[in-house]
Amino acid sequence: MSSYDFPDARGHFGPYGGVYVAETLMAALDELNAEYARAKADPAFWQEYHYELKHFVGRPSPIYHAKRWSEQLGGAQIYFKREDLNHTGAHKVNNTIGQALLARRMGKKRVIAETGAGQHGVASATVAARYGMECVVYMGSEDVKRQAPNVFRMKLLGATVVPVESGSKTLKDALNEAMRDWVTNIDSTFYILGTAAGPHPYPMLVRDFQRIIGIEAKEQMQEMVGRQPDMVVACVGGGSNAIGIFHPYVEVEGVRLVGVEAGGDGVATGRHAAPLSAGKPGVLHGFRSYLMQDENGQIIETHSVSAGLDYPGVGPEHSLLKDIGRAEYVAINDDEALKAFEDCCHLEGIIPALESSHALAYAAKIAPTMAKDQIILVNLSGRGDKDINTVAGLMGLTL
Amino acid sequence: MSRIAETFTRLQAAGEKALIPFITAGDPDPGLTVSLMHGLVEGGADVIELGIPFSDPMADGPVIQRASERALLHKVGLRNVLDMVREFRRSNQQTPVVLMGYLNPVHVLGYEVFAQEAAAAGVDGVLTVDCPPEEAAELSAALIAAKLDPVFLIAPTTPMARVKQIAALARGYVYYVSLKGVTGAGNLDIDDVARKIAALREFIDVPIGVGFGIRDAETARAISTAADAVVVGSRLVQEIEAATPETAKEQLTRLVASLKDAIR
Repeated sequence: MSSYDFPDARGHFGPYGGVYVAETLMAALDELNAEYARAKADPAFWQEYHYELKHFVGRPSPIYHAKRWSEQLGGAQIYFKREDLNHTGAHKVNNTIGQALLARRMGKKRVIAETGAGQHGVASATVAARYGMECVVYMGSEDVKRQAPNVFRMKLLGATVVPVESGSKTLKDALNEAMRDWVTNIDSTFYILGTAAGPHPYPMLVRDFQRIIGIEAKEQMQEMVGRQPDMVVACVGGGSNAIGIFHPYVEVEGVRLVGVEAGGDGVATGRHAAPLSAGKPGVLHGFRSYLMQDENGQIIETHSVSAGLDYPGVGPEHSLLKDIGRAEYVAINDDEALKAFEDCCHLEGIIPALESSHALAYAAKIAPTMAKDQIILVNLSGRGDKDINTVAGLMGLTL
Repeated sequence: MSRIAETFTRLQAAGEKALIPFITAGDPDPGLTVSLMHGLVEGGADVIELGIPFSDPMADGPVIQRASERALLHKVGLRNVLDMVREFRRSNQQTPVVLMGYLNPVHVLGYEVFAQEAAAAGVDGVLTVDCPPEEAAELSAALIAAKLDPVFLIAPTTPMARVKQIAALARGYVYYVSLKGVTGAGNLDIDDVARKIAALREFIDVPIGVGFGIRDAETARAISTAADAVVVGSRLVQEIEAATPETAKEQLTRLVASLKDAIR
C-alpha cells in the first residue's frame, strides 16, 4: 500500500467520486477547487485552521481507555478518540472551520448547509456566527422533529433553519434543497457540505479537514501505549468521521479499518441505511458511489434510529477502500446500537451520540473475540445530548 | 440527418422557431402520457422533451419535483418510459423525442443497453442534467454509436472555455439554462439571455434552445427572438396538475398552441 493517492485531478477515487452536477454549478466547483489548491499551499491558511482548532474547538481531543467496558467484555482493550469533547459536540466542526475559512478567502458572506442529526447544522451555524456570516441550514422535516434541541441551538446561533418537506424529509432531501439554494444564489453563497461526499472537491476537502482526527490519534497512541491499534472502528453515514480517522492509517500496515453502517431493523429487512453492505454503485448528489437504490435506479428510503446515519449514499473514498479491501464495512442494527449507548453511559460515564454508538456496538461485539493485549480504537465522533429525546421516546418516556 | 436536425432545418427554412414542451413521463398517470404527447404535437410542439421520473430531482423546482413524485407513485421506470415512446412512434414518426432526466436510472440500466433500447424505441436525443461533459464520455459514445444525440446544458455561469468544450460534444441542439436557479424559477432576465445567446453563437454550430423560467407567451416570444428554440416545462406541468385526467390533453394542447403562436 505505498501508492495510495486519491482522488485524481478530476476528483475520482478509482471508479467513484467525480463531478455529477448540473452545468450551472460547474464553474463554482472549479472556483472552489482552485481556491482550495491555493489555500492548501498557503501556510497561513493552515496556521489559522490549527489556531482555531486549538483555541475555539479545544483540540487535540484526548484518547481515553475505556477500562471498565473492556474488562467486562473480556477481550481487546477499547480506546476512544474523544471527538465528543469538541466544541459543538462532534467532529463536524473540524470541517466547518476549514470550509468557513475558505468561504472567507472567497469573499462569500452567506453560507448554507444541509444537516441530518443537526450536528453539522450546529457546527455550520457556530462558525457562521464566529466569522460573521449569514447562515441557512436545510433539514428534513422528519429530522427537525426528532432533533429538536439541535434545531433550537442553530436558531440561538443566529441561523435560519428551513424544514424540507420533499421526498423522505430526511438528510438526502435536505442535501437536494441545499443544492437548489446554491444553484440559485451561486454568486453570493458558499455551500458548507457536511460530509465527505458530494461533487469534487468536497470529498477531498472534507477529508483533509477531518484528517486531524487520525493524525492526532497516531501520535497519541504512540505516546500512550507505544504502538498503533490493531483495529480502528468508526461509524459511517456519509463517512466524514470515518475517513478522518482512517485516512492517516491507510498506509499503516497491520491496522484493520472497520466502518460501521446503520443496519436499522436489520440489513435482511431492507429497512436500513447500509449502502456499502447492501447497495450497488450509482450516481447521486454529484458523485458516484455505493447507493441504496431499486431496480429502476430510484433512491430507496433509509431507516436508522440515528438521523446522522440516515443517508442512502456514502462518501466515494469509502467505496474505493471497500473495493480494494483496505477497509471492511459492517452493519449494526438499531437495537445493538442502543445497547451500546446504554453500556457506554453506565460503564464509562459518557453519553455517546447514537451515530457513534454504532461504532461502539461493533467494538463491543468484536472485542471478546480478540486477545486482551490487542487494541481497538473507536472514533467516538459525537456526544449524545442531542439524542436524549429519541432515547427517552424508545423507553416510553417523555421529557 | 437525424430527426432533430431535420426538424431544425425545416423550421429554419420556414423562418420559424421551435417550441419544445417538456412533460414528465407517467405524470399524472402512465396511461395518459402518450395521449398527452400527441396533444403537445397537435398544439404545435416541434420537439418533445420527455422527463424520466427520478426520486431526487436536484435541479428541479417544486412543480417538476411533484411531477416526478406523481409518476413514481405508479412506479414508472426508464423501461416504461421507453415503452411510452415506442407507442407514441406507432402514429408519429416526425416529432423528435428527447429524454431528459438524471443519470442514475440510465446508469443502472447500463449506458450501451440504454442507448440501444432507446434508439429502438424511437428516442432521438438524451439530456442527463447531472452529467456534465467531464463525466459524459462513456455515455456520449454509447448514444452516438446508437445514432442518438447527446444534448448538453450551458448555463449563465459557464465560462467561454467550457462553452467550446461543450460545443465539440453537443449534437442535436444545446440547452441554454436561462437563469441561475432551478426549473420554474421566476428570475429570468430576457436582455441578459439575448446577450449570452449572441455570444454563444460564435462557438456553437447546433441550434440553441432556451429554457428554465419561461412561463407565458410574452416571455416565450421575447426569448424566441434570440434563440432557435424555446423550452417550456414547469408551466405545462402546472397545467397538467390543475387539470383532470379527462381535460388534461385538451388544456395542454390549447396552452401549447398559444405558446407556438407567440413564437411563430
